[in-house]
Amino acid sequence: MTVLANVSVPHSSDQDTRSYNVERIRADFPILHQNVHGHPLVYLDNAATTQKPRQVIDAISHYYERDNANIHRGVHTLSQRATDAYEHARRTAQEFLGAGDCREIIFVRSSTEAINLVAQTYGRKNLKPGDEVLISAMEHHSNIVPWQMICEEKQAKLRVAPINEAGELVLEDFERLLTSKTKLVAIAHLSNALGTINPVRQIVEMAHAKGIPVMVDGAQAAPRLPVNVRELDCDFYAFSGHKIYGPTGIGVLYGKLALLEAMPPYQGGGDMISSVAFERTVYNKVPHKFEAGTPDISGPIGLKAALDYVTRLGIENIERHENELLEYATKRVSALSGIRLIGTAKEKAGVLSFVMEGVHPHDIGTILDQDGIAIRTGHHCAQPVMERYGIPATARASLGLYNTKEEIDALVRGIKKVQEVFG
Amino acid sequence: MAGLRDLYQEVILEHSKVPRNYREMAGADHKAEGFNPLCGDRFTVYLDLEGETIRDISFLGSGCAISKASASMMTQILKGKTRADADKLFGKFHDLVTGQGHPSEAEMGKLAVFSGVSEFPARVKCATLAWHTLQAALEGQQDAVSTE
Repeated sequence: MTVLANVSVPHSSDQDTRSYNVERIRADFPILHQNVHGHPLVYLDNAATTQKPRQVIDAISHYYERDNANIHRGVHTLSQRATDAYEHARRTAQEFLGAGDCREIIFVRSSTEAINLVAQTYGRKNLKPGDEVLISAMEHHSNIVPWQMICEEKQAKLRVAPINEAGELVLEDFERLLTSKTKLVAIAHLSNALGTINPVRQIVEMAHAKGIPVMVDGAQAAPRLPVNVRELDCDFYAFSGHKIYGPTGIGVLYGKLALLEAMPPYQGGGDMISSVAFERTVYNKVPHKFEAGTPDISGPIGLKAALDYVTRLGIENIERHENELLEYATKRVSALSGIRLIGTAKEKAGVLSFVMEGVHPHDIGTILDQDGIAIRTGHHCAQPVMERYGIPATARASLGLYNTKEEIDALVRGIKKVQEVFG
Repeated sequence: MAGLRDLYQEVILEHSKVPRNYREMAGADHKAEGFNPLCGDRFTVYLDLEGETIRDISFLGSGCAISKASASMMTQILKGKTRADADKLFGKFHDLVTGQGHPSEAEMGKLAVFSGVSEFPARVKCATLAWHTLQAALEGQQDAVSTE
């Protein structure tokens, strides 16, 4: 029973994956072609959010212009199209993550909501007083606070595995902290503040050897590293649409089917039930059990277009492109005087965090912005990481699939100008 | 560079590098901590009041050039002034950095160098952090004030 949803949007550029043509790619992103303060926009804040290609914008417009209706309910044609498009997006997300079953894909608002969902359902059901949840010292606040909340409620304890000076997880300490009390490990695949890539496969092996499930925060990894949840063998994996060139307000939680089925629902409402009586409600099956209420339907549709876009370019090609840029940027920025890189892990991607002697990151951000260069300055929602390095904040340039060496050169010129102003 | 030079005037850069009254005050009878959770700027303002008059004022903490220079110049200008003077000046300073009113240079004195901030809305919080903290200290607020 497939009604043609007519959701496919013609692609302006079918990329040749053998030659990564960044100029052709940039042509797909309308927002990049503008001046800011009289200079061409240099967008290097991709770890905060990414820009959207025409294909994503068109997919969302197309949905609202042609197919908009509520899903999983109506018998009419538009409702069927909307439902098909929404569920089609679920299969695309499944394939993107290499999951075995599309019921293992739950649509949420963001990685943050995915983590909260696991904390409030799996955590609430399984944590008992004295139990422990293990995270790392490089986590984003969104992979700290949901665990603090549920640990407090359940009188469980949050344990933190340390990182070394380079910003790498200290695996021996991590393994030592895995005990019979540990009920869950929650860890970033790629650190947003440091760029460190964690050895997730190895972490999962260590935890599973002791029967402990692992949740991976993939918000930064999904847009720039190949991810296969079956190869990683992680139990939960979360990522956000807006960090992978899709819309804001949509994220994905992958969970192993058996775990999801055993978990209680997250929120109550429509769509998550199979029958409701005042005496008793029977919950719907996964994934719908976790998707209460009318969801953001255009979100998965935009996300699908983004995942298709990234897949067409080839995530390995994006990874290679960003790695070349990161290597180039690291070399050029660290050659400047008075600069200290924060996060120098051997395995690193996408993120260049730095501090400048005598100049607060905020001032760096303002001066770069005057030249049209967008970077993030602040603690990057990772205050414990800043504490670890004894700094209040960093300046962070983060890469996307459309960035160029010329943009890194502009960044370097901008940093020199900061030094001039503060000289 | 013109807008930047308006923001980062020599006086501001100099105060940020060598902040005045940058010390803990052992005998402070009022103090408060203020922070900007978005960027991690954090200051403590110390006060020694004699009746309504600010006998001594100092600060400590970390922040960007704008927030540090603002704190430094605030302490300089308020020493010997009354609470009412401080309130009034904060009102004028706020108008100046948000570009709302146009207080005269005579009214603002040295603080007029912060007029460039009004062209950088994202930096208003930096310029006013120390002043908000001062207000909390004067009101005897116990909890840290936040710009959010």
